[in-house]
Amino acid sequence: MMIEIRFHGRGGQGAVTAANLLVDAAILEGKYAQAFPHFGAERRGAPVVAFARISDKPIQVHSQITNPDIVVVLDPKIFELVNVVEGLKNNGILVANSRDKPIEVNVKTYCVNATKIAKDLNLVISGWPVVNTTMLGALVKASEIVSLDSIIEAIKRSFSGKLGEANAEAARRAYMETREC
Amino acid sequence: MAVETKEVKWKRLPLSSNYAIAYAVKDVDVDVVSAYPITPQTTVVEKISEFIANGELDAEMIHVESEHSALSAAVGASATGARAFTATASQGLELMHEILHIASGLRMPVVMSVATRALSAPISIWNDYSDLMNARDASWVTLIAGSAQEAYDSIIQAYRIAESPEVMLPVIVAYDGYIMSHTYEPVLVPEDNTVVREFAPKNFNRFRLDVDRPMTFGTIADPKWYYEFKYQQVVAMRNAYKKVKEVDEEYREVFGRGYGVIETCCLEDADIVLLTYGGIYGTFKEAIEKLRENGKKVGVARLRLWRPFPAEDIVKTLGGAKLVVVADRAISYGARISGPVALEVMSTFYGDPDAPMIMSVIVGIGQRTVTENTVAEIVDYSFRVLERGKAPRETLYWGVRGVSYE
Repeated sequence: MMIEIRFHGRGGQGAVTAANLLVDAAILEGKYAQAFPHFGAERRGAPVVAFARISDKPIQVHSQITNPDIVVVLDPKIFELVNVVEGLKNNGILVANSRDKPIEVNVKTYCVNATKIAKDLNLVISGWPVVNTTMLGALVKASEIVSLDSIIEAIKRSFSGKLGEANAEAARRAYMETREC
Repeated sequence: MAVETKEVKWKRLPLSSNYAIAYAVKDVDVDVVSAYPITPQTTVVEKISEFIANGELDAEMIHVESEHSALSAAVGASATGARAFTATASQGLELMHEILHIASGLRMPVVMSVATRALSAPISIWNDYSDLMNARDASWVTLIAGSAQEAYDSIIQAYRIAESPEVMLPVIVAYDGYIMSHTYEPVLVPEDNTVVREFAPKNFNRFRLDVDRPMTFGTIADPKWYYEFKYQQVVAMRNAYKKVKEVDEEYREVFGRGYGVIETCCLEDADIVLLTYGGIYGTFKEAIEKLRENGKKVGVARLRLWRPFPAEDIVKTLGGAKLVVVADRAISYGARISGPVALEVMSTFYGDPDAPMIMSVIVGIGQRTVTENTVAEIVDYSFRVLERGKAPRETLYWGVRGVSYE
């Protein structure tokens, strides 16, 4: 079975890296996976999307995802700008960086205050909290598509030393704090 | 040359096609890389720079001021006997165009990767195959990969093909810009690249610049001799057809993966066969497999070798169908049939009394989205054409605003 995921964020928040790390984790588990950015000219601060597919079988399809199973939203303000649930399957899941249910939708919604976690762990670049690894912890809690251990392993392979530790801790904390909302 | 089959240990890495190509360049021990950045190719050469900087690849990186210079430097390096590589896309390939012919005319076994992209104007950084198709007549052996794994494998095969004495032509390995260049997929690369280097040893036994044996390259050829030079390229291309298959078969024996010159799915008793190329084949295949489950007699094929054109294999693969639908990703403006591969397939079947009907369709221009639904719609239309018993005599421009077909 193939799971399709769409990440929404702003240029610079690490949505593309989140998709790549998720795929790294899936590949570590021996699964098949595919990650790709929205194919465009991305700018810092502008709304961006990134995509991932995870499957038990080789993935042949090479096209953008229009009907995702899961939508992950990195930026709490983006709900006002973008219809993040566009095309989301009826039995899909929304995972949001938000204290409370961000929008009225008929899909299972999970919330976590990822901005706070990122700030607490000093995951801040040029004044911007970078919430991608935090939101991966939330995604794993909401969906169990890969294990938390695999996500942490993938994070540590990409970021070494203290930075790796802080990002791993962010995923762990989000995993603990994420709840249905 | 017989190569012993050995147990190869693999690492399974998440790589984009761009990175997969960089890994192949490292593993096949390229000596000189010259390149100029252009989207969506740039990360190929960025990754190679990293490999050189951290000592994983012993090669010279030449930063040049344009793509014209990038290929010129690669040609110069190749002339000394070095294994040379460059990478480009879109306008970069256009700027190289003059040197494309010089590389092949001088018989330099340069290998180049092309992350295919639409051409300006208007500016599009997105994918189609307009750039590659413009290089059709430049006498480069041209492979089009369909996955990151195949991109990796094809670069290694490409050096074996390019440097073989009976070919001695440059090789392009093309693949979809963005749709593949920026998509991460699992790719198997060997733990120890010795096995790759043994599979593709460098051929120093060729005409090359050597101070002990002075030689001139690129002289003038007057009307008494020019034609013979060009005919030799015709022969070399013929030889390349055989060589591409041989190398691929040998690669399969050693590494357990091979692709042939045309990949196919679901051809058995198919009335209609779609033919396309590059990464969107996966999307086509997925759609066709579902249509098969619903009892539609339809198959799909992917052209992997574009130059030399594998005419015999095209006849063998597609000859049994009633209707062949060629989905091209570039436009030859002003031609009645404007799909470059469609034209080639038609000319291959010309005069054959048992030839299938052939229909030309354009998709994915400037990366207009091609989904499984798009494929299903084309198949629907194709069955109507089959019922009518007559293929349209002009190319269909699928999915463009303001145009529809009965």
